[in-house]
Parts: sequence; C-alpha cells; structure tokens
Amino acid sequence: MILSETSRRWVLATPAVVAIMLFSILPLGVVLAYSFLTPGDFGNVKWIFSTDGWFSVLFERDIFDDTLALSDAHLTILLRSIGLSLATTLLTLLFGLPTAWFIATRPATQRGFWLFLLTIPFWTNLLVRTIAVQEMIRSEGVFNKVLLALGIIEEPLQMMFTNFAVLLGMAYVFLPLMVLPVYAAIEKFDFRLAEASYDLYASRLYCLRRVILPLVRPGMIAGSILVFVPSLGAYVTPRIMGGGKSMMLGNLIEMQFGPGRNWPLGAALSITLTILVLVALVWYTRLTSGRTERNHG
Amino acid sequence: MVERGFNVKRLPGAALMAVTCFVILYIPMVILVAYSFNSGKVIGNWEGLSLKWYGAAFQNAAFLDAAINSLILATSASVLATLMATMAAIATTRTAKFRGDGTIHIILNQPLMVPEIVLAIALLIIIGQIKQATGYTGLGFLIAAHTTFCIPFAYLPIRARLEGMDLSLEAAAADLYASRFYAFRRVTLPLLAPGIMAGFMLAFVISLDDLVMSDFLKSPGQETLPTYLMGELRRNLTSEIYAISSLLLLISVLIVAGSWVATRKKN
Repeated sequence: MILSETSRRWVLATPAVVAIMLFSILPLGVVLAYSFLTPGDFGNVKWIFSTDGWFSVLFERDIFDDTLALSDAHLTILLRSIGLSLATTLLTLLFGLPTAWFIATRPATQRGFWLFLLTIPFWTNLLVRTIAVQEMIRSEGVFNKVLLALGIIEEPLQMMFTNFAVLLGMAYVFLPLMVLPVYAAIEKFDFRLAEASYDLYASRLYCLRRVILPLVRPGMIAGSILVFVPSLGAYVTPRIMGGGKSMMLGNLIEMQFGPGRNWPLGAALSITLTILVLVALVWYTRLTSGRTERNHG
Repeated sequence: MVERGFNVKRLPGAALMAVTCFVILYIPMVILVAYSFNSGKVIGNWEGLSLKWYGAAFQNAAFLDAAINSLILATSASVLATLMATMAAIATTRTAKFRGDGTIHIILNQPLMVPEIVLAIALLIIIGQIKQATGYTGLGFLIAAHTTFCIPFAYLPIRARLEGMDLSLEAAAADLYASRFYAFRRVTLPLLAPGIMAGFMLAFVISLDDLVMSDFLKSPGQETLPTYLMGELRRNLTSEIYAISSLLLLISVLIVAGSWVATRKKN
C-alpha cells in the first residue's frame, strides 16, 4: 500500500486520536449541550432549551418575591476552590523550594536516594495518602492523642471538615508535584554564576533574588501549575478532609449529578471549572513562551 | 575570590526545611502502616500487634474481587494506551511539519487539560445511556475510559525518548539495505524500549490510582481497589482499611524500587 508521508502519519495516530475524540472530547461536547437544557424530575435532563443552569452558577432567584441575588453558597465554594488552590500552591512552594534545593545540592551519589524518597509518595495511591493525613488530624487521631497525652489540650481539637483540613490534605498529596520540577531547574543551575555574583560583592539575599531565582523560576512556575490545576479540580481530598462543610467545586459538581438532581447546573459548573483550568494553562503558556523569546532576544 | 569556607550551594535553613518536609511526608504513611498491624477493630485504637486484618483482607471476597478488577483494568488500559501512544508518538516526532500535526498534538494532550471530575461526569452522561440501551454492564466502559486518560501519560515519555534519539542509526540501517519494517523492529524499537516501559508504568500506576472515574462509571456491584476502599471508609471503619491501604502502599514501593533497580543496572 502506497501512502503519502502525511497520511501514513495520520493513520498511525488514528487509534489514539479516535479514542480521545470518542471518550473525552465528544463527552465534553455533550456536557456543554446539557448545560443549556432543563433538569429532569429524577435527574437527567428534559430536552427544552434553558439558560437556568448557567444562571444558577452564580445567582439564585428568591422563591418568594422572584428577586435576583448572588448565590452565597455557590460563590463561597467558588472562592474557596480558588483560594485553597492558591494557598496549596504557596504552601507547597514554601516547603518544596528548600527541599528541592537541598536535594539538588547533595553530592550526585546521594541525590538518587533523596529522589527515591520523594518518588514513593508521588507514586502512592492518592486515596491512601489522604487516608493517612486524615488519621493524623481526625479528632481521635495521632495529633490529638499526642496533645492530650502531653496535657496541652483537654478536649480534642476538631480539625476535620474545615478549610484548614482541606488545605493540609491537598498540600500533603500534591507536594511531590512541586518539588520535582523545581529540583530539575536547580539541578541545571550553574553555581559558577552565583560564585561570580559573590565575587562582585553581591550579598546572599541579592544573589538569591537577582541571580538564582530568575533562573530557577521556570521550574517554580511549572511546579505551581502542576499543583494549582489538580487542586482546583480536586474531588477526593476535599471530600474526605472537608466533607459537606468545606466543599470545593468538584464536590459541588458531583452533588448536582447525585442528590441535587440538577444536571444542567452540574454541567454548567463543569464547564466553568474547565474554563478556570484552561485560563491557568494559557497564562502558564504565555508566561513561559514570553521568557524563551526574551532569552533569545 | 570567594572567602574560604564560603559555600555558594548553602542556603541557610534549606536542610532543616527539607528534612522537615520528608518527615511530614513519611510520618502519616508510617503511622498508617503501624496501625494496620493493630489487633483492635476500631481504627487508630491500638490494642496490640497482630496480622489479623491482613488475614481478614485476604479472606474478604469483596476485596479480592476489587483487587482482580483493578488488576484487569490497569493492565488492559495501560497496554492499550501504551500501544496507541507509541504509534501516535512515532507519527508525531522526527518529521517535518505536516498537515494537522498541531491538531494531533492538542488532541493527544486534551485529557490532561480537563479536570478528572469533569471528564467523569461527561462520560457518566453518555455511558449511562449506553448501559440503558444495551444492558451491557461489564468492565468494558471502565477500560475505555481509563485507556483514554492514560494515553497522554504514556505518550509523553515515549515522545521524549523518540525526540532524543539519533536519526543516523536508522539511516545507517537503511543504507545497509534494511527494509523499513526491519529497521523499525531491530533498530528503532530496541532504542525506544525504555521510553515505552516508562510510559507503560506511568499509565499503569495512573489507572491503578484512579478513584473518580471508576466511582462514577462503575456498574452496581462493580468495585476497583480505590472505590472499594472509599466505600469501606464510608460504611465500616475497621482496621482492615489500613491493612488494605498498606498493601496499596507496598505495591507503589515495589514499583518504584523495581524501576530504580532496572535503571541502576543499565547505568
């Protein structure tokens, strides 16, 4: 069979492309369509056009006088999702940067060992790791037991089902995603540059700020996006750590397809979440491609 | 000249933060494993050393079913995804720009750009209808869904390996009158093997890790390890949960150690 080079390549790519079209892109199209329909009585949808789903993402109509108001519940969850994801990113950066620095500055023979220690949690089941953090902070958990035994507290602290619990859980499970790209950036850093800056009488802080950080920044940005994106769409960790009290967007979406029985709203929320993620990704692409242009220029 | 004893690689406090970081990462997992050897039924309530919850897990038909399902699912999804990703990677690398290559690239990475919960909801809508129409409730749906979101994970390392490969080796094979297929089988494929292996392992672990997709798409009575564990977490909090979690942890340690030894040997 004689095929042109282009069609040969297309044929090779076909199985993967078709699988993704059928099981990812087409279903997303259906979600988009469902967001403009009317909720059915027992879940599902009625095929009647409506923008109520989109409307309910942020607003609610008063049942008595039909006035419009911002939906406090949805707004809280939306802001919480964005806020907790940003906080998770900052927290993992705070711990991840020195950790990555530490690993990257070990002698080459020891680096493998530290990376190995980092890879194990990275490859461990997310649910298992969430269960492990939960054991630490639940009211009968390790943390409370230790504090009670030491006599520091008399009643167990209630830490579960709060924003703090969700933040802690997400920072714990996503930390390796921050350390690995930052490590890769520091590992490539040429320390002779830092030496040169010290020779030119730069202070430690000045060197860090003007020499090291600018060169390590791409790794920090990559790590931040790797943590921020899954945090924003997180479902398992907020579900276990936050329960019904500290829900995030993912949990609100799930609720609409379960007990909420408002599929169009769930679909509109899903598209909203996807758009937020895409905005973050586009911002990331802009930031990194801008940098390479400047480097070449 | 930098003063004597001045170390440019030193960042004050970094070592302390790093060690804290590793302690924080490992303490919860160590405690989880420790509690899995608890003889008491109530989780986190230490009553004595015992292996009884491991014994209970291995006699628990529901757990074993879930484990078998997970194994079938992760194996078939990662094999299919790796196969498709390898073909796609060969199609999209080592070539001049061709019509539609940008489109293929975006499509192959698309599942990474959409939150898993959104993809799960999207598939739930469609697969729910197919289930109703056909009455088929087997693992096929989960395999299709897992294969799809595993494709980009398998694709990335294979593509990276191909891009770093030396084109002249294949050219040399062609010069020596190797047919296109022979050159591929005897030159390209062996060089590509580490990338394929890395892609396969990543896909396998990603599939084994998945809770969201399986939880939404599974048929009644069908469980994978993560969905079974999540269900138990809701229904009965016994020490068996920690035993099962520890077994899952053990699997990841074995996989990481295995790949470590494999790469070490080559070096």
